[in-house]
Amino acid sequence: MSNHLLSLTTFLPILGVLLLLFIPKDSKGVLRGVALAVTVVTFLVSLPILTGFQTNADFQFTENVPWIAAGPFAMRYNVGIDGISLWLVILTTFIMPLAVLSTWTAVEEKVKEYMICLLLLETGMLGAFISLDLFLFYIFWEVMLIPMYFIIGIWGGKNKIYAAVKFFIYTMVGSLLMLVALIFLYFKGLEAGFTNFGLVQFFDLRLDPMTQTWLFLAFALAFAIKVPMFPLHTWLPDAHTEAPTAGSVILAAILLKMGTYGYVRFALPLFPDAAHKFTPLIATLAVIGIIYAALVAMVQEDVKKLVAYSSVAHLGFVMLGVFAFNSQGITGGLLQMLNHGVSTGALFLIVGFIYERRHTRLITDFGGLSKQMPIFATIFMIVTLSSIGLPGTNGFVGEFLILLGSFESGLRWWAVVASSGVILSAVYMLWMFQRVMFGELDNPKNQKLSDLNAREIAIMVPLIALIFIMGVYPNPFIEKMDPAIQKLIAQTKPTGMSAQQMPSMQGLPAGHPAMPGMAVPAVEQTAPAAENPNEVK
Amino acid sequence: MDMITIPAVSMTPILPEIFLSALAMALLLINVFVPSKQKSYLGYISFIGVVVAAILVGAGWGGPAESSFSGSVVQDNFATFFKMIFLVSAGLAILISDQYMEREGCNHGELYPLILFTVVGMMLMAAGTDLMTIFLGLEVMSVALYVLAGFNRANTKSNEAGLKYFLLGCFSTGFLLYGMALTYGATGTTRIAKIAAIVGQMTVPSANIMLVAGMLLMLTGFAFKVAAAPFHMWTPDVYEGAPTPMTAFMSAGPKAAGFAAALRIFLVALPTLQVEWSQVLWVLAVLTMTVGNITALRQDNIKRMLAYSSIAHAGYALVGFAAGNGTGTAGILFYMLSYAFMNIGAFAVIILIGKKGESNGSVMDFAGLGFKHPVLAVAMSVFLFSLAGMPPTAGFIGKFYLFSGAIQKGYIGLAIIGVLNSAASVYYYLRVMVYMYMKEPTEDFEWTRVSAPIALSLLISVAGSLIPGIVPSVILQFAEQAIKLI
Repeated sequence: MSNHLLSLTTFLPILGVLLLLFIPKDSKGVLRGVALAVTVVTFLVSLPILTGFQTNADFQFTENVPWIAAGPFAMRYNVGIDGISLWLVILTTFIMPLAVLSTWTAVEEKVKEYMICLLLLETGMLGAFISLDLFLFYIFWEVMLIPMYFIIGIWGGKNKIYAAVKFFIYTMVGSLLMLVALIFLYFKGLEAGFTNFGLVQFFDLRLDPMTQTWLFLAFALAFAIKVPMFPLHTWLPDAHTEAPTAGSVILAAILLKMGTYGYVRFALPLFPDAAHKFTPLIATLAVIGIIYAALVAMVQEDVKKLVAYSSVAHLGFVMLGVFAFNSQGITGGLLQMLNHGVSTGALFLIVGFIYERRHTRLITDFGGLSKQMPIFATIFMIVTLSSIGLPGTNGFVGEFLILLGSFESGLRWWAVVASSGVILSAVYMLWMFQRVMFGELDNPKNQKLSDLNAREIAIMVPLIALIFIMGVYPNPFIEKMDPAIQKLIAQTKPTGMSAQQMPSMQGLPAGHPAMPGMAVPAVEQTAPAAENPNEVK
Repeated sequence: MDMITIPAVSMTPILPEIFLSALAMALLLINVFVPSKQKSYLGYISFIGVVVAAILVGAGWGGPAESSFSGSVVQDNFATFFKMIFLVSAGLAILISDQYMEREGCNHGELYPLILFTVVGMMLMAAGTDLMTIFLGLEVMSVALYVLAGFNRANTKSNEAGLKYFLLGCFSTGFLLYGMALTYGATGTTRIAKIAAIVGQMTVPSANIMLVAGMLLMLTGFAFKVAAAPFHMWTPDVYEGAPTPMTAFMSAGPKAAGFAAALRIFLVALPTLQVEWSQVLWVLAVLTMTVGNITALRQDNIKRMLAYSSIAHAGYALVGFAAGNGTGTAGILFYMLSYAFMNIGAFAVIILIGKKGESNGSVMDFAGLGFKHPVLAVAMSVFLFSLAGMPPTAGFIGKFYLFSGAIQKGYIGLAIIGVLNSAASVYYYLRVMVYMYMKEPTEDFEWTRVSAPIALSLLISVAGSLIPGIVPSVILQFAEQAIKLI
C-alpha cells in the first residue's frame, strides 16, 4: 500500500510550527490551543495507518523517492512501517496531545517557543520511527536532540543547564560513532553492489564476523546510551528530573524507545552474529541495570527521580527480552516498550500534577494525600500497579513474556536474577505510593490540595484505559507485531546455524506467547553465544 | 640561445580578476573624493562589483577548461567553484563591514578596495596552474590581508594583529617559496602539469630527496596559511585583534584559497607522492582538530572561541584532504562554501551584539538573547548548529562528506578521531546557546540597529547554512563536477 499518510503524519507538526510562528507570543491560550489541535489532528491522521495496516511482515505505507545523490552516495527519502514500528508511531501521536495538555498551566513562560519545541520533537521522533533509509534515520535521530535539549534547558528545573548539556553530549558521542559505522556499512554495501542507503537491502548483507563486531559495537553504543543501559544511564535521571513534565513524559514514553527500537530495527538484523556474540554482555548489563536501578530508586527522596530510575530498570527488561532472540522475548520487549510508554508516561504526568500544586517532589513533603484527593489516589494507584506489572494491567503481560522468553533462551540465569527485579520494583513503587498517599495528612499545605480537575482527568483517562486494555486483551497489539517479529527472528539467526535447526520458526500461530516447541530451538539457538562470554571480555 | 617567444594570450580566463582589479583601483581613486560620512557607498559599489564578478565567474561554469598565459592560469570548474566561495566570503564581509567600521570609527574607504584585491589574489591561487602564479596570488592576497587585519589603527589589538599576521605570514611565505624552489630544482619546471609529468616518470619519486623536501615545505607553507596545527599559533591573536568583519572574512576566504592551491598542487602535480603527503596530512588533521577544539573549550571571548574553532574546522577539511579521494575532495569544496556562510553569519551576529571598542565580546554577553531578539538568536542557533555539524544543516553534510572520504580511503581511525572532535566541539557551541536561551540577561539590552546590509548578510548566511543541509544535491553535484577536472 502506498500513499503519503506517513509523511503527512510526520510533517504535520512542522506545519503546526509554521502556524505558531504567526501567533503573537502573548496569546498563550491560542498558542496552546493550536498546538493541541495540531497534535490531535496528527493523532487522527495517524489512525488510518493503524486501521489500514495489513498484518504481515512487509513494510507498509512506503514511500521511496530520491533525495540526495552526489559522489558515491545516494540517499533516498525512504519511509515505511512494519509491525515493530507501527505501535511506536501510534504511541507517539497518542502521547503528544496528552503531553501538550499536561503543560496547559505548568508552562507560563515562553509558551510559544515551548510549543514549537514540542512539535519539532514530534516530527523528529516520528521520522526516526518510519525511516527505512539509514541516512534519513540518522538525520531524524539527531534532529530530535535539538528540541529536547531546549525543552530541558529552558523550561527545566534548578540544574537544567547541566542536565541539558549532559543529555546532548552523551547522545551526540554515541550517535557520531554510529555515523562512522553507518558510512562504513554503506561502503561495504557499495562493494556488494548496493546503490543507496536503503535499510532493507542491508539485511541480506552478511558481513564477516570482525566487521560485524565493530559495526555492532558502534551502533550498540549509540543505542545503549539512548536506552539507557547501565553504566551509560547517568544522563537520564538528570534529564528526567530537570525536564518539565511534558519533557519527562516524552522522554520516558517515546525518546527512550529510540534506543531499544534501534536494537530491534538496526543492530540485531544488520549484525546478527555480533549481536549473538555480545548477548551475554548486554544481558548482564541489562540485568545489572534492572537490579541496580531498582535499588537506587528505593532510596530516592524525589518522586521524579524515583520514577526516572524505574525507567532504567524497565528498559533493562526490554533489553533482556529483545536479546532472548525468541518470539516471546522480543514480543515481550516490544510490548514492554509500549507499556513503559504508557505507564511511565502516566507516572510522570502524576508527578507533574502534584508538583504543580505543591512545587515540591520530595516524598517527605507528602503523606495522606489520598484523603484529600481521592480521584488522584485512584488513578495513581492504577498506574503504580501497572508499573509494577500486576496481572490485569499492561505491565504484567510484557514482563511475563520477557521473563518467559529469556528463561527459554540461553539467558536462563539472567532471567532468574531479573525476576528479583520485579519484586524490587513492587517494593520501591508501593513504598513510595504509601509514603505519598497514605498515613497522616499532617502537612497543612497538603490539606488544602485540590483534586484533579477535568483537564487532568481527561489526560489520564486514555492512559488508564490503555493500561487495562493492554493488560486484559493484548492480542490485537501482538497480532500486528507478530509477523515482523518472526521475520526479525529469522533475520537474526546466526550464520553458523543451518535452517533445519529452527523447525518451529515457520507456520507458528501468531500471537501466542507460550508456544510449545519453541523452547528447544530457542535454547540451542543462543547456546553458542552463551558459550563464549570470555570473548566478550 | 632560444628566442623568447610571446605566446598568444587569452584574457577570458582572468576576466573576473581583471574586472575586480580595475574596480578596486577605481574605488581607490574615487575614495579620495568621497566625504568620510558617505564611505558606505563604496561598500555598495564593491558589493555590486562582487555580484558582477560572480556572474562573470559563473558564466564560465561547465565549459571546457581554458588555459592561458602558457598554462599558468586556467579557467576550470575547480577554480570557478572556489572563486565563488571567495566571492561569497567577500560579499558577506562587505555587507557586515559598514555598520561595524562606522561604530569603531574606522570607516576608511580603502577597506573595500583592499577586500577586492584580496579576492583577486585568492582567485589567482585557485586558478593558478603554475607554482609562480599561485605564489603571486598568495602574496597579493596576503599583503592586502595584513593591512586589513590591522585596519583599525586606533586599536592596539588590531595593530598587534596586523603586525603578527605580517611577520608570521612572511615566515610561512618563506617556507612555501623554498618548497616551490626545491620542487623546481627537482623537476626543472614550475608548471603544475609538467611537474606531474616529470614526477610521473620517476620510478621512485619518494626517493628524490629534493622533491620530497619541496613537498613538505610547501605543505608547511600551506599549513600556516590555513592555520593547521602546529602552525596555527598566530590565529587566535590575529583573529581576536582584527576588526570583526575582517576576522570573519579571513577565516573563510583565505582559508579556502589555501586549500584550493594546496589541492591543485598535491592532487594534480604530486599524486604519485600521495602515500607520503597523505600520512603527513593525517597527522596534521588529527593535531589540528584536537588542538583547535580543546583550546576552544576554554575560551570566554567569542572571537577567540571562533578562532580556535576555525582551526578545528581546518582540521576537518584536512581529513578530507588526507583522504585525497573524490569524496573527501568534494567534501572540502562543499565544506569551505558552507563554512563561509555559517562562520561569517556567526560573526555578523557578534558584530550586532558587540559595542564600541570591541567590548561585549564575551560569551556571557549573549545571555538572554534568545528571547530578547528571537530572530537574531535563531539565526545564531542555525550557524552554531551548522558549525557543530548537526543535521539538517550544511555543516553536517560537509562533515559527512569529509569523514566519508576518510572512511572510504580506509582511514577509520581518522574518521573516529574526527567525530569525537565534533562531539567535543558541541560543548562550546552549546555554551553560546546556553547563554542565549537558558540564562537571564545580565543587564538591559540596548538594541543595536540592524542596518539593511547586515540584515541581508544574515539572510544569505542562514539560507546558505540551511538549504544545502536539507537539499544538498545541487551543490554537491557542483562540487563533484569541480573536482573532476583537476
